[in-house]
Amino acid sequence: MSNTAFYRSLEAVVINSAAFILTLLAFGVFVSLFGVNPFDVYYILYLGGFATQISIESTLTQAAPLMLTALCTAIPARAGLLVIGGEGALVVGGVATVLVGVWLTDVPFAIGVPMMALAGAAAGGIWIGAAGALRQYRGVNETIATLLMNYIAIATMNHLVSGPMRDFDQVLKASSWSIPDNLMAGALPGLDVHWGLATGVAACVVLYVLMRRTSFGFGVDVLGGNQRAAQMAGLPINKMVILCCFMGGAAAGLAGTMEVIAVHGFASDSLVVGFGYAGILIAFLARQNPLAIILVAILLGGISASGGLLQRRFDLPDATTSVLQGMLFIIVLASNTLYGRMRFLQPKEA
Amino acid sequence: MSVTCPISRRNVLRHGGNIVAASALFSILPTMASAAKPVTVGFIYVGPRQDFGWNQSHWDAAKKIAKLDNVKVVEQENVPETAEVEKVMQSMIQLDGAKVIMATSFGYWKSIKKMAKKYPDVLFTHIGAIWKPGDPENVIGYRGYMEEPHYLCGIAAGRMTKSNKIGFIGSKPLYFIFNNCNGFILGARSVNPKVSCNVVITGEWNNPVKEAETTNSLIDQGCDVIIANVDSSKVAIETAERRGVFSCGYHSDCSSLAPKGFLTGAEWNWASAADFVEAWRTGGKYPNLLRGGFKKDMVAISPFGNALPQNVREEILKAKQGFMDDSLKLYKGPLKDNEGKMILNDGQVIDNEDTKFKLGVRFFVEGAIGKTGLN
Repeated sequence: MSNTAFYRSLEAVVINSAAFILTLLAFGVFVSLFGVNPFDVYYILYLGGFATQISIESTLTQAAPLMLTALCTAIPARAGLLVIGGEGALVVGGVATVLVGVWLTDVPFAIGVPMMALAGAAAGGIWIGAAGALRQYRGVNETIATLLMNYIAIATMNHLVSGPMRDFDQVLKASSWSIPDNLMAGALPGLDVHWGLATGVAACVVLYVLMRRTSFGFGVDVLGGNQRAAQMAGLPINKMVILCCFMGGAAAGLAGTMEVIAVHGFASDSLVVGFGYAGILIAFLARQNPLAIILVAILLGGISASGGLLQRRFDLPDATTSVLQGMLFIIVLASNTLYGRMRFLQPKEA
Repeated sequence: MSVTCPISRRNVLRHGGNIVAASALFSILPTMASAAKPVTVGFIYVGPRQDFGWNQSHWDAAKKIAKLDNVKVVEQENVPETAEVEKVMQSMIQLDGAKVIMATSFGYWKSIKKMAKKYPDVLFTHIGAIWKPGDPENVIGYRGYMEEPHYLCGIAAGRMTKSNKIGFIGSKPLYFIFNNCNGFILGARSVNPKVSCNVVITGEWNNPVKEAETTNSLIDQGCDVIIANVDSSKVAIETAERRGVFSCGYHSDCSSLAPKGFLTGAEWNWASAADFVEAWRTGGKYPNLLRGGFKKDMVAISPFGNALPQNVREEILKAKQGFMDDSLKLYKGPLKDNEGKMILNDGQVIDNEDTKFKLGVRFFVEGAIGKTGLN
């Protein structure tokens, strides 16, 4: 590792750790306003999120879909776009998965699951890719477009599951037909967490390599820095933007696939639980770095997982964990201004 | 010469005796504890428990159960119907030692079945009453016939309306929403055959903006009694109160929201869950599937509002008595749906506990203006 790279990593670790500790201190002050001992709260955060096998499983279960939806914001962001359509891409991915899955009776697991995953990823990819194309060819702001497309996706899904795709045997909930039981993906071997986790980690690693270790990734960084300059350099910027949007959307679409094939078995409004929006937060905390997304998703997953225990042990309101996440978000973003400003963290001139 | 030695033979004997006694006591303690069998009950809500609605109706039950001897209640709100709920159940079982899990949203069903197989020593309850033979024995499905209290609300509405137009706001096109709506209309028309009811299905459990808009539009169309079958009818009731029309509550006691226009409300009574807890810890019998109306004390009506005159109150209580002694049937012929199709011929009567018929209800009765959207 070169001297510069070492100092750059050290800087990131020091600043983020400091931000995390500061967040915990601020949160401690906050909970003491409710008459709760902050150290008890820290212990419960640890116990509920990371201390026992069930805590770790809870954390990872929470983190799994967030890794994929975070990529939906992070990858286009590297090309300079602010995409917030993870929620919608997840929903269309889930619906596409069901549409393909219900036809796959008597198809073996090893063929059926990849087909559904492909459908989910393609649907999510096209969904966000369309927003990228609208921006490049029609000058439509991608942030507004993807935000509104979330509502379109959710409304369309609600329409489909209350009418055309409705399974009337499910008397209690308007939900679509279910995919065949043999195509349901169970838990990971040795760990009671569904396959979404493995998918999320794999997607983050693959996209990290693509973004950091290929000429395409380098091109995207140039594009993200300055679109006009990238154009002058002869990069196919329209294609690259749309491809980045497609990849991000495909990741969120896969999150929808995993919700269907590993959790619900059908599409319903249970797909709309805010994974897409939480992903935006994670992408920013991870500074759009796919590998960092894995860690940040696990950290935030742990906070959510222990939030339940905080409620149960101290009778604190559910919003307490949102406060903690909000504090973390603001402090980490504010700490971004420290990069390059602390002399002891800068590479020494030899 | 007397020497005081701290470790005299006598001291050793005396304190040693204490130690023996203490250790004997400690060895008894666990058996004593198990004789009393304290039990932790975990409640899982899909939304905030103080919502003047669905979740609050369960919170009411949780508070009743918490008063039982040796019962500790732990609660968690805002648990989505995803893989998260499984982890919340496991966390309650493993970290809080819960032996009973009351999961109070429809969409938890798959997770309940999965966890019940994994933890056979824990009792799970679900509020959908869709348990069937073959499902785990440590699962209870229970649910009230909510159309019965809606019938009583309908009587109040039919008596109080001046325009002969009342309004029903439904959330999703589901069988129990249709039944509730039919109960409301049948009740109203039992005392005032001229009543018609505008029905709007919003499509969402919880969308306060849409609910307020719908309430306003129903009132603009002349409806002067409103009932909203959504997760929390707070917004609809407050809007009706502001517009000076009557309202009925749903799920839990909403009377405080509308001091002027509140008539009464259809409420769940989930407190029979306390019997399940008792049965589970004493090894007694419990049903796997339980549905009931007033007769089984699984539904209730809210306290009457000030606006409701005495004679109407008596009429309502008489109808309630009718449900309790089975002299009053909700669905009886001749009965037409609102498209003129004959549903029940003259003389045909559907038993109040005929779940199969009620599950199949996909129509609005005559007097409803609106569509199920399913045909």
